[in-house]
Amino acid sequence: MNMNVETPKEPVDAMTFQLPEELQVKVKTRDVNVHYGEKQALFDINLDVPANHVVSLIGPSGCGKSTYLRCLNRMNDIIDIARVSGKIELDGLDIYDKNIDVVELRARVGMVFQKPNPFPKSIFDNVAYGPRIHGLADNKTELEEIVVTSLQKAGLFDEVKDRLKDSGTGLSGGQQQRLCIARAIATRPEVILMDEPASALDPIATAVIEELIDELRQNFTIIIVTHSMQQAARISQYTAFFHLGYLVEVGDTEQIFTNPVDRRTQDYITGRFG
Amino acid sequence: MDSEHIVKSFDSDLLQIESLIAEMGGLVETQISDATTVLTRRDTVLGKKVIELDKRVDEIEFEVDAAVVRILALRQPRAQDLRAVLVVLKLAGNLERIGDYAKNICKRTSVLANSKAIGNSSATIKRMGNLVQEMIKDVLDAYVSRDIDTADDVRLRDQEVDQMHNALFRELLTHMMEDPRNITPCMHLLFIAKNVERMGDHVTSMAEQVHFLVSGKMPDDERPKGDNTSYSSVELNAVNGENNDG
Repeated sequence: MNMNVETPKEPVDAMTFQLPEELQVKVKTRDVNVHYGEKQALFDINLDVPANHVVSLIGPSGCGKSTYLRCLNRMNDIIDIARVSGKIELDGLDIYDKNIDVVELRARVGMVFQKPNPFPKSIFDNVAYGPRIHGLADNKTELEEIVVTSLQKAGLFDEVKDRLKDSGTGLSGGQQQRLCIARAIATRPEVILMDEPASALDPIATAVIEELIDELRQNFTIIIVTHSMQQAARISQYTAFFHLGYLVEVGDTEQIFTNPVDRRTQDYITGRFG
Repeated sequence: MDSEHIVKSFDSDLLQIESLIAEMGGLVETQISDATTVLTRRDTVLGKKVIELDKRVDEIEFEVDAAVVRILALRQPRAQDLRAVLVVLKLAGNLERIGDYAKNICKRTSVLANSKAIGNSSATIKRMGNLVQEMIKDVLDAYVSRDIDTADDVRLRDQEVDQMHNALFRELLTHMMEDPRNITPCMHLLFIAKNVERMGDHVTSMAEQVHFLVSGKMPDDERPKGDNTSYSSVELNAVNGENNDG
């Protein structure tokens, strides 16, 4: 990246974009600033994420998109020097309120990471882990039902139904990632955060995950960080472009990829020096 | 011009298709100018050159098509790059059609060569051709310099070509009614005039493409249209009446 780029002095007016009124806002972000020690990583982020939609966060490395994603289920809490200010609401509930149970929040806001990271346990136990610790099943039958449904929703059940006792780490990369998605949805979250979920997968496994994301949006709200602009264009309804810690532009995915408003968005998506 | 791509060969790909359009545009301008000269001077030798030139115009269109397919497949262009690639496809199509019309004018002129002049219709067609030629030059300049104002201006100038076509249409019908021996040359002249009028429509379409290229949107206002020959008629009585009075 060109380090001579001047840091924008003013918060950029990315907010001329308005979601259609009929959409229910699931995650509302207002004036969020994040500091890592002295360094500010995010500047006055304002973003509304509509329920049952896929929103892509795009931007060059270090632009703050993953930092923003991690704010949404308070993953930044585990970094000592991270300081988050501003307001983030999940269905109107302030998730940074001191009375919020972070463990419960993370059950409502699940996360899937770049590299598949199944537990070194059986396929069954990987998916059953969350429901067990959150006490979502009263008996063994209920637990089995949750595991099967989650694996089915993640599009993995048919491939693993005869070997649920086998280790999760023995699956292929694409299957492992779908196992992680099954694990994430087993706690019945409302929002799923995905941090480059397909970047370590081959094109076929990527296509399977993309198809899955489109199906999952019926039941979940999905926010996905991706470096693949084609992927953002394919799977999301809305796209947000981050640059140097600012949210530069938000819009319909189609508009962002065909006729972006901001010069920096245009330079980024067309592969120009910005 | 926009800032450069990180992948430099992408820039040279885009420059290549742009220069193909410029070359094609130059050839087509020559074709129009020569075709209308062929008409006014009944110069069949120059006519053959115009017809010959059309082969190169067609070749360039194929080159543009191939380059566009390659860029779409290899670069997956987005935003203004995507528009730049899609627009050349249409511009090349428009230019190719205009070249065909010029060629057709020359073919028809070879029939006209042995017939007498019909009023000053050839001169009128030459003036129409000059207008279209200027429009092409301006729209290509607008394309290269990404100048939306010039493109919009060209789009409106087609009305003048249409109006000349309307007047010529009525004039030629009258000549045909006056003397059936005029019918063959008049029909060819009508088709030639229609060819030039259609060229103007293609230039208008090119101007709209340049507007889209620059702004990402098609012009949203309705373009004023001047061609009303589809609804025109000249009454036989009027012509006969005039003759009787005289």
